Amino acid sequence: MDLLILILQGIIVAATPLVFAAIGELVVERAGVLNLGVEGMMILGAVSGFAITLESGSILIGIVSAALAGGAAALLFGILTQLLLSNQVATGLALTIFGLGLSALLGQGYSGATVMALEKIHITVLSDIPILGAIIFSYDPLIYLSFGLTGCVAWFLAKTRAGLILRAVGENHDAAHALGYGVVKIRLAALVFGGACAGIGGAYLSIVQTPFWVEDMTSGRGWIALAIVVFSTWHPGRALLGAYLFGGVTVVQLHVQGLGVDIQAQVLSMLPYIVTIIVLVMISRDTLRAKLNAPACLNKSFFASS
Amino acid sequence: MKSIIRNFWSLLTIISTIALIGSANAADPLKVGFVYVGPIGDHGWTYEHDRSRLAIEKAFGSKVKTTYLEKIPEGPDAERAIQQLARTDHDIIFTTSFGFMNPTIKVAKKFPKIKFEHATGFKRAENVSTYSARFYEGRHIIGLIAGKMTKTNTIGYIASFPIPEVVRGINAAYLAAKSVNPAIKFKIVWVNTWFDPGKEADAANALIAQGADILMQHTDSPAAMQVAEKKGIFAFGQASNMKAFGPNAQLTSIINNWAPYCISRVKAVMDGAWKSQDTWDGIGPSMVAISKFSEQIPADVRSMAGKARDAIAAGTLHPFTGPINKQDGSPWLKAEEIAPDGDLAGMNFYVEGVEGALPK
Repeated sequence: MDLLILILQGIIVAATPLVFAAIGELVVERAGVLNLGVEGMMILGAVSGFAITLESGSILIGIVSAALAGGAAALLFGILTQLLLSNQVATGLALTIFGLGLSALLGQGYSGATVMALEKIHITVLSDIPILGAIIFSYDPLIYLSFGLTGCVAWFLAKTRAGLILRAVGENHDAAHALGYGVVKIRLAALVFGGACAGIGGAYLSIVQTPFWVEDMTSGRGWIALAIVVFSTWHPGRALLGAYLFGGVTVVQLHVQGLGVDIQAQVLSMLPYIVTIIVLVMISRDTLRAKLNAPACLNKSFFASS
Repeated sequence: MKSIIRNFWSLLTIISTIALIGSANAADPLKVGFVYVGPIGDHGWTYEHDRSRLAIEKAFGSKVKTTYLEKIPEGPDAERAIQQLARTDHDIIFTTSFGFMNPTIKVAKKFPKIKFEHATGFKRAENVSTYSARFYEGRHIIGLIAGKMTKTNTIGYIASFPIPEVVRGINAAYLAAKSVNPAIKFKIVWVNTWFDPGKEADAANALIAQGADILMQHTDSPAAMQVAEKKGIFAFGQASNMKAFGPNAQLTSIINNWAPYCISRVKAVMDGAWKSQDTWDGIGPSMVAISKFSEQIPADVRSMAGKARDAIAAGTLHPFTGPINKQDGSPWLKAEEIAPDGDLAGMNFYVEGVEGALPK
């Protein structure tokens, strides 16, 4: 039982960077923009979160600057794709490469340093409930933030007027424009939000999970976050689930190996990707497309001709 | 903030230096090139190779000029990177990852006058030497310490890929630990990567959850060391000294000390004495170094480990001395028989007592 609890806790920690990045990207894609630069924004968040935490001594300031760094990178992407109408796929890829390079440059002076990791918070009564307390109420504040963020985004998209407008922009930007909504402004706002989330996700790695800075420390998590968004068919709750599935498979296969069970680890590592491919195939079949919620204007540039 | 500004300054300096080099063309220093698979800030494999580059600069001063290309993926890009160094008139090029083997051989054919040094490979040519370190000698030492110090009799081992070098390390550490603690158990987790701090930390956490109280790693980042420090257990550093990440946790580190070799090879090129050869050195010629033993290790264990280190250096102790059976019980080495290098170089089996199946 103890081992099971530890495994569950491990899964949630491993999945949290993915949750932040995926939820952010989900909002961006719901607004009709495909930003492939998640990896770049995450790594920029990781380096600035770590550096500022080290310099200021405050984790809170570190996390805020990680969000700002991710947001700034996303804004750059937004200016290029929304105002200058550059190709979103190419610009997103460039943002990833740019982010990896810039973070390596900025982080040069910081390799070898460590910061105090963010501590778990102990909630009186709740954390002391046997089993449940350990599984649900024994985390650092950022994990609770990721829970809250998912809930808020789900509520925002489904229940608020602003959320409806954002979805309208993603589904049919011409119609939204005709109704008088500022398509470009809304998309820029969504992008900055997505970038800030990715930045926090990266900072979770460099401040909480492994509190040090090394180049390339996100190791492709940004790409997994993109896959999770597709997997979730653009529903925040399912994105959370998808992140836990990806994180879960990683952590469980490590435990399975430690326990000496004879399954090839590579098979388990493959599973989430296989599911994603299946979902992708289903989405690309037109009849299902509507049902599966892909924003109709995803990856299409908007130009107000009149 | 200060460091960020400082970094921009250093960038400017680099750019202006490049400009200067372009214009100046003085006494023709020997050009030494390095190709790295990872970033020099990885605090592991590439970090140590870069230290050997810096040692060359320090040893020869203005008589050499070094260049490096970092983060070169193993694959088609590697060939382009090596070729780029060859085209820009480098006299000797060090390619420092196993996966650079075929590209190195290919480029070497086209540039017969340039000397190539490939780390950890087995293909050589007229102008291609190979060099590697007997890391398993270091693994023997940490196995002895771990066997003596574990309370749960469970050692957690974070492994990267099932290649002979990694398998050899597991076997060496296990045999040593078993020799001082018959109840020892190794839990081995393959992470299928050399470098993914998050995943390495996950693996460390999984192993600790399953009862490991000492961690060994054959991956490149200090993530596992840091987890060990946080959880209050012990660990061994890999490739470079990781004490900064685990001041209490690190018992010792196996350090890849390439500098003496690289300096001697550059010297050989200068003297016109360079020949293609294969080098596989260990603790003796200090290609493998053992960092200072931690005060956490009891004095008697420290002296035992120190004696083993000295015996290996002197050549009187070999970590793979028979009788040793393979995992399936079939005999490998007879009593007193010392493992031939060929067997070690291609090791693809666990020794008897290691649990679990070796991934294919």
